[in-house]
Amino acid sequence: MSEAPVLLQVSHLKKYFETGSGHWLKAVDDISFAIHQGETLGLVGESGCGKTTCGRTIMGMYQKTGGLVCYQGQDVHALKGRALFSFRKDAQMIFQDPYASLDPRMTVSDIIGEGLDVHHLVKNRQDRTARIYELLDMVELNHEHANRFIHEFSGGQRQRIGIARALAVNPSFLVLDEPISALDVSIQAQVVNLLKKLQQEQGLTYLFIAHDLAMVKHISDRVAVMYLGKLVEITRSGELYAHPRHPYTAALLSAIPIPDPDVQARREQERIKLSGEVLSPIDPPPGCRFAGRCPYATDLCHEKTPELTNQGDGHWVACFHQLDR
Amino acid sequence: MSEKLLRVENLRVSYHTYAGEVQAVRGVSFELDQGETLALVGESGCGKSVTARSLMRLNKVPPAEIKPESNVLFQGQNIYQFDAARLGRYRGQDAAMIFQDAMAALNPTMTIGRQVVETLLHHQALSKKAAREQVRILLRQVGISEPDRRFGQYPHELSGGMRQRVMIAMAFANQPRLLIADEPTTALDVTIQAQIIDLMKELQQAHQTAVIMITHDLGVVANLAQKIAVMYAGTIVERGSSREIFYRPRHPYTNMLLEAVPRLDQPEDKELASIAGTPPDLLNPPPGCPFCSRCRYCMDICLKERPPVYQFEPDHQADCWLYALDKPAADAPFTRRNDHE
Ligand SMILES: Nc1ncnc2c1ncn2[C@@H]1O[C@H](COP(=O)(O)OP(=O)(O)O)[C@@H](O)[C@H]1O
Ligand SMILES: Nc1ncnc2c1ncn2[C@@H]1O[C@H](COP(=O)(O)OP(=O)(O)O)[C@@H](O)[C@H]1O
Ligand code: SF4
Ligand SMILES: [Mg+2]
Ligand SMILES: [Mg+2]
Repeated sequence: MSEAPVLLQVSHLKKYFETGSGHWLKAVDDISFAIHQGETLGLVGESGCGKTTCGRTIMGMYQKTGGLVCYQGQDVHALKGRALFSFRKDAQMIFQDPYASLDPRMTVSDIIGEGLDVHHLVKNRQDRTARIYELLDMVELNHEHANRFIHEFSGGQRQRIGIARALAVNPSFLVLDEPISALDVSIQAQVVNLLKKLQQEQGLTYLFIAHDLAMVKHISDRVAVMYLGKLVEITRSGELYAHPRHPYTAALLSAIPIPDPDVQARREQERIKLSGEVLSPIDPPPGCRFAGRCPYATDLCHEKTPELTNQGDGHWVACFHQLDR
Repeated sequence: MSEKLLRVENLRVSYHTYAGEVQAVRGVSFELDQGETLALVGESGCGKSVTARSLMRLNKVPPAEIKPESNVLFQGQNIYQFDAARLGRYRGQDAAMIFQDAMAALNPTMTIGRQVVETLLHHQALSKKAAREQVRILLRQVGISEPDRRFGQYPHELSGGMRQRVMIAMAFANQPRLLIADEPTTALDVTIQAQIIDLMKELQQAHQTAVIMITHDLGVVANLAQKIAVMYAGTIVERGSSREIFYRPRHPYTNMLLEAVPRLDQPEDKELASIAGTPPDLLNPPPGCPFCSRCRYCMDICLKERPPVYQFEPDHQADCWLYALDKPAADAPFTRRNDHE
């Protein structure tokens, strides 16, 4: 999968928000990674670490503060005219809250059909209806659903409608921002299985943003871990879970409960207990952002910012005192 | 006669709405011993919070209606027969509750120190000074850093995890016998969740408090609860010891819950069990098994009659027609899970 060509290259991306009187909230602060064609990159981290901001900046929904986002070799933030139009078709975003992101006054058929019209993807009404039915089939909804309104659907069904809307324009790349976080587990499984199936059938590339690491492991080829605006580790999914090298990744993984009493009792013995709280992203001090909570921190960590560096075999870590387990 | 700390018998709660009667809780029974932890597990809308609030008499009547056949016995006394004074003592002193959303549960206009002080003074005859001192100790016990500074802060000045600690401090202020925790960690990040669970365990052990832990996440209660009750569509469909539920689930729904979540310690290519459909509408619950429309083992009788309770081990019951004597499956049709016994 890492042999596949790079679809999206993010280099030293920064997104700061001004919080008044010259203070900056560094939501995304100098992060770099690549996504290869056909892969799923998971982006994980605790709430407020900058995942959504990262996703939206990549999509061009936010102006960047610095760095570069290249989609198929083109600078996303410099796109204009036809190129911008075509990027907006090729890259789609799916949100956590389908309630908020879908217009309650539109029927399902209008929601799904909007993109078809905007991008002139259907010739006539008959074509349009046929395509909408095809999309409903794809996300395993019924044709009768086409004329109903959003409030008539359950959370899982709404998310399927959101997916159908995104897929209507034949995109290549989807940013999925916590698409299943608001759903119950049995429904989460339905949606995840659907996303996996669609990816296989259509060769889609996913940036899958979530805070549920077990689900991210399940769906992703590679996983990137964020902490307070910074990427701290990226590697293949299996490798990350088997051999986390950043102390934060290790702590995060060790805190995830597993539904098995014996396994969980053992894990609780081995859990890496973090003290303290996450720093504020407003004017953060120099040094590693995790230093204040890290059990391995030294003076160096409080003074210098560790760079994300390749440890070989595509395992990138930003830490002066990596774990080598 | 060993008296249970809490005995809930045939709890039925409905909400009267414009659309009709929502049968939110449809005959829930369980009991709890001193110091014991029971987990109430199930997906959203299955009736966990309505059940929890019923144990504190917090459901607003109307629109809620607690059906007359329901019994909630605390140390043998029906809490629905408590007079105002007794109810006042029950809430806060005998039993306390913590919620998912601490921001909504705390008073936004009062410092957290004062809120905890008032909780104390409500139930104990203390001087103001003694109460303040005790609150400082409490805040320290629940792991609030710099308790002296925090004392004068308002809820919005605290992080989500800290607010949850304040609510726990208030709940434990009068050392209740029973703590009802309604998804106390659902809104928190996993590292904070782990800290809060540790804290609850520690306090529970120190005070021998019985806990009803409500969650949708089986992982959270795997090493926390002795007993687990699985709820679906207003009923408890399976109950048993933690080991029985995790390693020998009997109800198809419990099995599905366990199979639908990916596990960190399992290979990622394992397909997640996904069951089509959604829970039934409680305005119009099905006459038979509540799970029948989604169950892959559903038989004719499941559609018609509510399944009776089948007893397995002394500490394990499930409501499912698969275990009727004249039905072929005496054992669960799904494979047993790893058992490390
Ligand atoms: N539009 C905005 N204006 C100001 N601050 C923002 C905005 N969006 C996000 N932030 C802040 O940026 C940080 C990262 O937020 P977000 O990207 O939403 O994190 P996540 O998705 O990981 O929870 C947070 O501190 C958040 O408060
Ligand atoms: N105030 C209310 N009015 C009407 N219906 C309610 C009310 N509170 C709860 N319900 C209904 O009762 C059922 C159970 O809700 P709840 O106990 O909150 O579920 P859970 O906590 O398991 O997610 C749901 O169908 C819900 O819609
Ligand atoms: S009673 Fe029937 S429908 Fe209900 S869970 Fe058992 S087999 Fe399935
Ligand atoms: Mg987000
Ligand atoms: Mg609830």
